[in-house]
Amino acid sequence: MARTIKVDYLARVEGEGALTIRFKGDKPSAVELRIFEPPRFFEAFLRGRAHLEVPDIVARICGICPVAYQMSACHAIEDALGIHPGGAIRALRRLLYCGEWIESHGLHVFMLHAPDFLGYEDAIAMAKNHREWVARGLGIKKAGNAIVTALGGREIHPINVKIGGFYRAPTVAELAALLPDLSRALEDAEMCLEWMAKFDFPAFERDYEYVALRHPDEYPFSEGRIVSSKGIDIDARDYEAHFAEEHVPHSTALHAVVLGRGDYQCGPLARFNLNFDHLGERARAAAERIHFVPPCNNPYKSLLARGVELIQALDEAIRIIESYTPPEAPAITAAPRRATGYGCTEAPRGMLWHKYTMDEAGLVEDARIVPPTSQNQKCIERDLWQLAPALAAMPHAAATRRAEQAVRNFDPCISCSTHFLRLSIERED
Amino acid sequence: MKRKQKPKLAVFKFASCDGCQLSLLDCEDELLLLADAVRIANFAEASRAVLRGPYDITLVEGSITTAHDAERIREIRARSRFLMTIGACATAGGVQALRNYRDVKEFTRIVYARPDYIDTLATSTPIADHVKVDFELRGCPIDKRQLLEVLAALLAGRGPKVASHSVCVQCKLRGNVCVMVAHGTPCLGPVTHAGCGALCPTYHRGCYGCFGPAETTNTKGIEGALLAAGASHEDIARAYATFNAAAPPFRKAQEEQLVQIRLKEGPRG
Repeated sequence: MARTIKVDYLARVEGEGALTIRFKGDKPSAVELRIFEPPRFFEAFLRGRAHLEVPDIVARICGICPVAYQMSACHAIEDALGIHPGGAIRALRRLLYCGEWIESHGLHVFMLHAPDFLGYEDAIAMAKNHREWVARGLGIKKAGNAIVTALGGREIHPINVKIGGFYRAPTVAELAALLPDLSRALEDAEMCLEWMAKFDFPAFERDYEYVALRHPDEYPFSEGRIVSSKGIDIDARDYEAHFAEEHVPHSTALHAVVLGRGDYQCGPLARFNLNFDHLGERARAAAERIHFVPPCNNPYKSLLARGVELIQALDEAIRIIESYTPPEAPAITAAPRRATGYGCTEAPRGMLWHKYTMDEAGLVEDARIVPPTSQNQKCIERDLWQLAPALAAMPHAAATRRAEQAVRNFDPCISCSTHFLRLSIERED
Repeated sequence: MKRKQKPKLAVFKFASCDGCQLSLLDCEDELLLLADAVRIANFAEASRAVLRGPYDITLVEGSITTAHDAERIREIRARSRFLMTIGACATAGGVQALRNYRDVKEFTRIVYARPDYIDTLATSTPIADHVKVDFELRGCPIDKRQLLEVLAALLAGRGPKVASHSVCVQCKLRGNVCVMVAHGTPCLGPVTHAGCGALCPTYHRGCYGCFGPAETTNTKGIEGALLAAGASHEDIARAYATFNAAAPPFRKAQEEQLVQIRLKEGPRG
């Protein structure tokens, strides 16, 4: 008898994908995470664009994490130009990144992932029995969006990000107005983490290679070396010497691998495991209160890693605003030159690597973008290989839900991959 | 006594960044109220629940870039009473339409190691090129206040109040100093559809046209001002070639600039 576990259209992820698991007897013979988001060709049409246009264009790769795209692009182009904005501009960029982490983690944790743990179709159905938690989650998300809106002009595709800094720096009063909601959101995030710690996490562990940025003294957003739990410690410009992207027939997203080793995991759990010592006091204390400390190799607990990062981002946002003095100029400028630049930042769902080559006039000659979903895609498939025997033993509906939940551990962003889920389990004897 | 059923709301996605449907989830204060007023019948980004059609209100995000999607939108139209497109991809082809005037095979070779694995049309086209559209909401991304206004109007059975004038009018209403007149910053505000609240000028930069062309535009008319502000014909051509590149007035304006560039370069020999 042939058996197929099939999720035809994976819900509560961003973009379009499907999953097929085929069985030969009790053993999985194929696991295919198919991404059928149509190709959108960003790297191709960036060619010939002026470098100042790049942050606005790459924002359009993803509606959930446009800030990450803008920041990786800015860092890469500034690297090529030889400028490094510091001081208040750097602090404002960190604040903008805090805003995006808060809104994106808030969306994923409360609206997309928590319903899996409590057995609801969506957050709206969950709100019928857990209205106060959903309302708290929406409040947290709103506080993050308020940061991005104040600093970026709007929450989706911010207009105020510029190579070298910002078009206009906010006033002290504009940022201070955000503080009451951020303080309330921080307290709510601490309460929510304790609530989520009581969820039933499926027993599942794997020996992952975690990859994330690491900064000498900060929890990573946009600067640092690329490090891994199995010994990688490199500059962003050396990414291509240690990682490769493979094209598989069943997906428009490329699969990234560590050369010589294979799949790796990036994102909140990787950052948490590799950078726990750089969490602020408040986030670390919250994690320790629920006994959530590294090493954690259970991907379902990425929910808790996001919860801890919510506290980290809210706490840091408050500190940045409280010590904010506007910069003398909102941006620094530099004349274009022929050069190649590299940028790597931590999008909410994982590392986002960019490389640009520009000509003398500052027009882009070549662009390469490696989004988090491409990097995690092989890792998701490996998780499903290991999960497959358990899925085979479950009734079909339960197997489908569990497989979807395992995919959602990664908060995959399929439009990002530009390049999500139908589950099919097929069995042949 | 039989209670009246709540209207069914469906959201479908085609080639896009998901940002416009995310605008609905970004209505943090109104989302649970909206969920009380409608039945969410299909909204893959937010729910795994799927109700059968017909749908009373269908929101469509994204452009048509594959033969399969061209077929899918016809099926969705057949199941929808009121179909509304949200955003620049669905109303003008989006940023994906930058392929339309180029060699898509070459694009595929640039991005993918195995172009033979890729299935795509040579063009990215708006939904209205394929099926009847009842209302179009502009923007890259749409403005969530406008989205709520249209949904509230539909639920109340009245016409939506969505301005069709240019960003310039909103900018004046907002009391901004004109960035082009006062600072010589090139700005597409005079020819761009209102909706964003004149954000870019408010943040001291020129409008880059993300809401697409206003209902009536005079792109020729602002060319002089853009050139005087220091933009080259190449800069102006690129400015029109972004998120609404295939919207006819912007496409035409871009072509006019390309003609100017060729005239400037003189005959090739």
